[in-house]
Amino acid sequence: MAVVTPDIVKQVAMLARLRLEGKALTQLAAQLDEILQYVQQLQAVDTTGVEPTSHVLPLSNILRKDEPQPSLSQEAVAALAPAAHPPFIAVPKVIES
Amino acid sequence: MASGELASKTIHELLDLFEKKQASSEEVLDDVLSRIEQHNPKVHAYLESPDPDRMRQQLRDQWKASPSGRLRGIPITIKDNICSTGVEVSCASRILKGFRSPYDATVIERLRREGAVIIPRANMDEFAFGSSTENSAFGGTVNPRSKEGDARVPGGSSGGSAAAVAGDLAIAALGSDTGGSIRQPASFCGIVGLKPTYGRVSRYGLVAFASSLDQIGPLTKDARDAAILLSVIAGHDPRDSTSAPNKVPDYEAALDRLPKDVTIGLPTLPSKGLERNVEARVQEAVKVLGLSTVPIELENIGQSIATYYVIATAEASSNLARFDGVRYGARANGGSLMDMYLDTRSQGFGAEAKRRILLGTYVLSQGYYDAYYLQGMKVRTLIKRDFDEAFKQCSVIAMPTSPTVAFRPGEKMEDPLQMYLSDIYTISANLAGIPAISICCGSDADRLPIGLQLLAPPFREDLLLQIAHAYEQKANWPTLRASLRVPH
Repeated sequence: MAVVTPDIVKQVAMLARLRLEGKALTQLAAQLDEILQYVQQLQAVDTTGVEPTSHVLPLSNILRKDEPQPSLSQEAVAALAPAAHPPFIAVPKVIES
Repeated sequence: MASGELASKTIHELLDLFEKKQASSEEVLDDVLSRIEQHNPKVHAYLESPDPDRMRQQLRDQWKASPSGRLRGIPITIKDNICSTGVEVSCASRILKGFRSPYDATVIERLRREGAVIIPRANMDEFAFGSSTENSAFGGTVNPRSKEGDARVPGGSSGGSAAAVAGDLAIAALGSDTGGSIRQPASFCGIVGLKPTYGRVSRYGLVAFASSLDQIGPLTKDARDAAILLSVIAGHDPRDSTSAPNKVPDYEAALDRLPKDVTIGLPTLPSKGLERNVEARVQEAVKVLGLSTVPIELENIGQSIATYYVIATAEASSNLARFDGVRYGARANGGSLMDMYLDTRSQGFGAEAKRRILLGTYVLSQGYYDAYYLQGMKVRTLIKRDFDEAFKQCSVIAMPTSPTVAFRPGEKMEDPLQMYLSDIYTISANLAGIPAISICCGSDADRLPIGLQLLAPPFREDLLLQIAHAYEQKANWPTLRASLRVPH
């Protein structure tokens, strides 16, 4: 049985801000299904009482002094944007009138 | 010296020649640049042709600023996901095409401080997603060890870095390793590749793929060079809160101090797809080392690929959310804000990047999180425990780096799962956060290199380098290396 259908993949694609249609969608859905079928082997592993590992080092709560440091200028940052009115970054209109 | 001879040297050989005034750093740079000009059109290890005048200017500046640095005048290339001021950093993706970094990664700062000359920029799989460098949006790289008329991939994702070093188009390189991306291309190209302990090297300025797995490391022509480069780039960095505060030893000075009581653990491995030549050469290499061996079990290693493709894609989908066409990189114009996001990302990302973003978004989404991501993190704990247990019985673990030698372009492109499965032996080191090295231990009938992988407990890079160095002495590395192909 399929783990994911093209419909689910399309929905996930929207969440990830990707456009997927037609043949690309069905092909990708089939590949993702194969990969997820393989990944399902994890369900069979007994992990009762096992803590999850999100990070391998025994480090926690790394803090630094809250002191101002030199950083990039607004101009340098705006210059990286595909569209800008320095020092601002230009984007399509968010609120329609 | 004959053309190409200086470019074929190691870092330590060149420093010796400089010391004895038998070669100058200008001659070395010119030799490397002329090899790039001659061979890069075919090898495609570099994504841009270095400008000779600017490179020579960089050399003069570096020589002046750091006349006694540990890397003075040494041309080193970097993977296209490491930020260097004013240099394009595209991650071999259309979505970042044209992006020029406004700052230096910590590793770049450290290379410069020691006088290195940085040659931009080595090809890779887009955003480091791949095992063959075929996922580069700007065309693949050819393995310089390939036979004429039978091209092979250089491995990936640091395939450009590995090919540049193996093809004598750079003296050494930096790559990044999330699931084998330094070690597997080092294996395919017949060089040394080291993935340090997670946290050993600062990730500041490395474009993030999977933040809990990524590490920057060296790709070099021998173990001594890897020791030199690691000594330079390792160490705590306040700008990366996951970098470890542990002291950095002088790895080069310690190279000859291999302890006598070292024991090599030999795990029972999933052997599906393991080529006989690879298995045989790796077994011979362990014999050549002449150290005591002990059989070990890594019970959950068979789960490592499934675990990896849950955790790495989850982290990648989240890290790649920042590429939205707003602040940097490419933007697709026209329409609403939503159209801009959708078009920018759909046009900017290649097929493998989309696959991984979708997988990651899926495993993190409500209703699937516990079954995939949470379960993946728990299995990761079990994999890590296996290594903790194993290292109570042995000092290091030996296994092949890759089940196969370098494959042909296109061979695995239609079947993503097959491509993923080729990382079977490298992935667990990233999940456990431990250091691992790949060294060349011979070749197959087609003279394609085979890699021996050694894994050590956290922060025991010194041990890996000592054993790698001992192997090179015992196996007569200069002869072994001379048996591998180099384009000329």
